[in-house]
Amino acid sequence: MECQRCHNRPATVHLTQLLNGEKTEIHVCEQCAKEKGYMHDHEENFILNDLLTGLFNFETKHSLKGHPHSAPSPKEQLKCPNCGLTFQEFAKAGKFGCAECYKTFDDKLNPILRRVHSGNTRHDGKIPRREGGNLHLKRQMDEYKSDLQRLIEQEEFEEAAKVRDEIRSLDSQLHQRGEED
Amino acid sequence: MSLQQFMNEAISPWMKEDGPDSDIVLSSRIRLARNFSNTPFPTISSEEQLEKVLTFFNNEFQDQSFRDYKQFEVVKMNELQPIEKRVLVEKHLISPHLTENSAHSASLISQNEQVSIMINEEDHIRIQLYFPGFQLDRALEQASQLDDWLEEKIDYAFDEKRGYLTACPTNVGTGMRASVMMHLPALAMTQQINRMTPAINQLGLVVRGIYGEGSEAVGNIFQISNQITLGKSEEDIVEDLHSVVKQLIDQERRARQALLHRSGIQIEDRIFRSYGVLKHSRIIESKEAAKCLSDLRLGIDLGFIDHVPQTILNELMVLTQPGFLQQYAKETLSPSERDVRRASLIRERLQLENKE
Ligand SMILES: [Zn+2]
Ligand SMILES: [Zn+2]
Repeated sequence: MECQRCHNRPATVHLTQLLNGEKTEIHVCEQCAKEKGYMHDHEENFILNDLLTGLFNFETKHSLKGHPHSAPSPKEQLKCPNCGLTFQEFAKAGKFGCAECYKTFDDKLNPILRRVHSGNTRHDGKIPRREGGNLHLKRQMDEYKSDLQRLIEQEEFEEAAKVRDEIRSLDSQLHQRGEED
Repeated sequence: MSLQQFMNEAISPWMKEDGPDSDIVLSSRIRLARNFSNTPFPTISSEEQLEKVLTFFNNEFQDQSFRDYKQFEVVKMNELQPIEKRVLVEKHLISPHLTENSAHSASLISQNEQVSIMINEEDHIRIQLYFPGFQLDRALEQASQLDDWLEEKIDYAFDEKRGYLTACPTNVGTGMRASVMMHLPALAMTQQINRMTPAINQLGLVVRGIYGEGSEAVGNIFQISNQITLGKSEEDIVEDLHSVVKQLIDQERRARQALLHRSGIQIEDRIFRSYGVLKHSRIIESKEAAKCLSDLRLGIDLGFIDHVPQTILNELMVLTQPGFLQQYAKETLSPSERDVRRASLIRERLQLENKE
């Protein structure tokens, strides 16, 4: 078997990865494996990146198929105003250029994120203290509101009143913070 | 010069500490990807922008200390020799990717080598933290504190909907990759690991091994890590990983007992043959060395061999890689010269233990 990368030397390193039930195999020579970092760093996302590029290419081809007459017109060609990366360039490399790209390409991201993250598109983890701003309070507010709903449905009015007070105090905190910003 | 310190010893000081379940779990790691909000990601940023990020770290964090991790040493990639870079990669202190864009990249490495903060890798910041044995919870807790400490001085790229914004869509959200390095010789020998991986994948986790010729992973070392970074909290991700690793530990222990029970003499024979090869060979390729070291380690865990330290696998797996061998020989070596050096280095190392 020859090396998939250089097609020059025999493949002596064989990597297998199972991802969402799909088996991907890579067969490369030792030198290529080292150059690509396969030998050192097991955690490199190499196969995922390959999958990703495949996925983007697939989507691009697909959308072209849908509109057989035209390559994307300049109007359709999304471009990040901050860093200048176009959606085409993003799709090719599978890498964003800056934080702003996420907003620029937002409409097109959900299907991609869903496939990479098992159906998820929204962050549900840590919120940084400063950059997170009011997000901590907002999340807390959402939680209180659903608590309140549940308590009212269960006719636990005493508890509900307590939660309502919490909501009021949170609400005023949010307003105060809003003025500071 | 402390770069020398990072270069000299194969195993980092933190690895010598004992951790929970260390008969099977070699190390636990948390990596967090973070970016500056107002600077393009290193994937496309200009030389000036990269340099600015690097200078910022040089000024703000050089000689800073965080909690137990004394001072951070700023190791600039463009000041390293190729062999030095290689050694740092072999020790997992930096990633191969960091060495590719050497001009403006660096790593801040803590004295005990437990923490490294890579600058201008694929993302502006990659915080990486290791713990010995199975200690994901602790690793997450400390990584998060370290993250808070950095956030006091840095405006992170963060979005309410997508979380921490990263260059690659595979890291967005928590930006966290949690992983556990496991030695699973019995599950590998009995092919059970292959049967278990689909179930593990279903949880959004990945099992990786490096396979040489044949079906056995080199050194029987597997890495279990999370694939999903979006839609789950850091704690949930670590909890999922935790439960899978716990099960793997149980299964591996059971498989070891079953092997001993069913074919004890064969296992004992295999272990002592490998030990013999390590002690006496004059030429040894890396794959054979890895196999024999795995057997030796199993022999230690099963109580057949008691005068060699448990860390021998970790240590010699690192020490016998090309970068270290050449660093040790102080010259560039051809593959066949490396095989000779490798054999003599292993002999020397095992001899050392026998005398003690
Ligand atoms: Zn090749
Ligand atoms: Zn952009």
